[in-house]
Amino acid sequence: MAASSLALDQSRPRARRTPLEVALSVVKHAVLLAFGLTFLLPFWWMVATSLKPDQAMFHIPPLLVPWQDPDTWNELVFSNYPRAFTFTRPPFTVFIWNTIVIAALSVGGALFSNPLAAYGLSRVRWPGRGLLFGVTLSTLFLPVFVTLIPLFLIYRRLGWIGTPLPLIVPTYFGNPLFIFLLRQFFMTIPQELSEAARIDGASELRIYWNVILPLAKPALATIALFEFLQAWRDFFGPLLFLIRKETYTISLGLNFYRFEYETAWGLMMAMSVCVTLPIIILFFFVQRTFIQGITLTGIKG
Amino acid sequence: MEWVLAAANLAIPRRRVSPITRRNTLVGLAFCTPWLIGLLAFRAYPILAAFWYSFTDYQGMNEPEFIGPGNYVGLFRDSELAVAAGNTFQYTLMAIPAAIVTALGLALILNSKTKGLPFYRTLFFLPILVPDVALSLVWLQMFNPQFGLVNLLIESIARLFGYSIAGPGWLASTEWSKPTLVLLNVWTVGQAMVIYLAALQDVPQDLLDAAAVDGANWYQKIWHVTVPLVTPVIFYQLVIGLIASLQLFTQPFVISSGIGQPGQSLLFYAMLLYRQAFIYFNMGRASAMAWTLFLVILVLSYVVFRTSGWVHYGGEEKR
Repeated sequence: MAASSLALDQSRPRARRTPLEVALSVVKHAVLLAFGLTFLLPFWWMVATSLKPDQAMFHIPPLLVPWQDPDTWNELVFSNYPRAFTFTRPPFTVFIWNTIVIAALSVGGALFSNPLAAYGLSRVRWPGRGLLFGVTLSTLFLPVFVTLIPLFLIYRRLGWIGTPLPLIVPTYFGNPLFIFLLRQFFMTIPQELSEAARIDGASELRIYWNVILPLAKPALATIALFEFLQAWRDFFGPLLFLIRKETYTISLGLNFYRFEYETAWGLMMAMSVCVTLPIIILFFFVQRTFIQGITLTGIKG
Repeated sequence: MEWVLAAANLAIPRRRVSPITRRNTLVGLAFCTPWLIGLLAFRAYPILAAFWYSFTDYQGMNEPEFIGPGNYVGLFRDSELAVAAGNTFQYTLMAIPAAIVTALGLALILNSKTKGLPFYRTLFFLPILVPDVALSLVWLQMFNPQFGLVNLLIESIARLFGYSIAGPGWLASTEWSKPTLVLLNVWTVGQAMVIYLAALQDVPQDLLDAAAVDGANWYQKIWHVTVPLVTPVIFYQLVIGLIASLQLFTQPFVISSGIGQPGQSLLFYAMLLYRQAFIYFNMGRASAMAWTLFLVILVLSYVVFRTSGWVHYGGEEKR
């Protein structure tokens, strides 16, 4: 056993690390773990608070874990979870459903408009292409607030205020960041593939649909994730455009646990866990694709 | 369609437009049609309309009535707005360096062949997945000076070393409220970190090997090879960070219940803009605020661009 591992060591050129390298590696992991723990604190606090009964909320000193003080820990306080769903009027499931609908339709919009534009800006050679790409990049730096008021007035004229349409329709007309990310990805696909398909007589739309899009799945998944997160987390849009409680999204709904002089912390944190956990689970499944999907090759161009 | 062809003709002077170019132009424009509509209807028109409204008295219901630069003059007399603008600048000056250093630092560490990279990458990305409102509420709870986790930790660590101190007032104190928001912003650097990581993985290994052959140590390799090659991304993050910070709305709005307390320390420019436009329906005044913000962002971006000598563009052929 020892001999074989020795032989293995000798067969590898850089088997031994210098003490400095070992020290650096230890420091590196110490820094990462320290940061990691700090990054986890808010999640832990969210879960811990969601499990505390009301009377434990303002314990001094604060309870690190809900069961620290046996006096206040007499019942199972998972009860915050079911109560959080029925506490609001309408029940919170309505807000979750509204958000899912808006997010799904927005993802559809993002997957429709952005790959089309990215294709036109990367896989077809035409004279205005550089100019349009320049304009596209410059709109990345456009502040939301400068377009907001006229858009609000247009939506009002169209009768869209109070409906989720202002949150959904714009996604069908492109987002410069997504166009940029997709274009960078499309550029990495060899032009020969398109040429071969053209020689075979495929139309441009067919090349787009049958050649490029299947190869760009990681990038498409990435922008779908970004758009979903944007819709899921958005507060400002719903605050502006939604009026009736029945149409509210989760970001607006979370405020129903707050009152003028007090806050139902346990319920609010229970619901925060409920709306965050599915996203974290989703992210674990898509994260490999997601990392492949970000290509910055040619960003310098 | 005639004008499209005419435009195509104009774009390439002194050369006859070949049928292929003509066809490609049509195809290119066709693919970009949704985005072109988006550019015109959701960007170009609103910017111009906001500019016009900013010179009018417009309560949202009446016809806009031209009043000259009165709205802009009014902004300079608004003392509350001056406080909000000051707060916004202070926050921006703290938040941007903190975010860039944290995100790039973590990305550099993770890029150095770290065991458990996917684990750490996910860990640092997680906060992005929490809705902004939930994030702000957790912050409010954690940074409560009496009942919050943060002061409990600070005070118990201090006690370990024999000190008895009271932690800062955080979101309840006018001095600490903005730094607490900066911490909140640092907690959400995951997206920037992932983008830095992608850029770092594009740094050619042969350049690093060449530097090693020339006797560069790890520090010199990072500072003289790696970092210069990712300066375009740093630059992008800087400008994007500037725009996001100057428009910060949700976190201070939720934390201060919309009114900017404690004191006026969490009153941000975007909150007052929102109030003018959608509470008072003072669309003219609000448009003037929006355009002023736009101009400030343009000027600052211009300054950043002009001083961007540090941004290194690789010798790669332009695509």
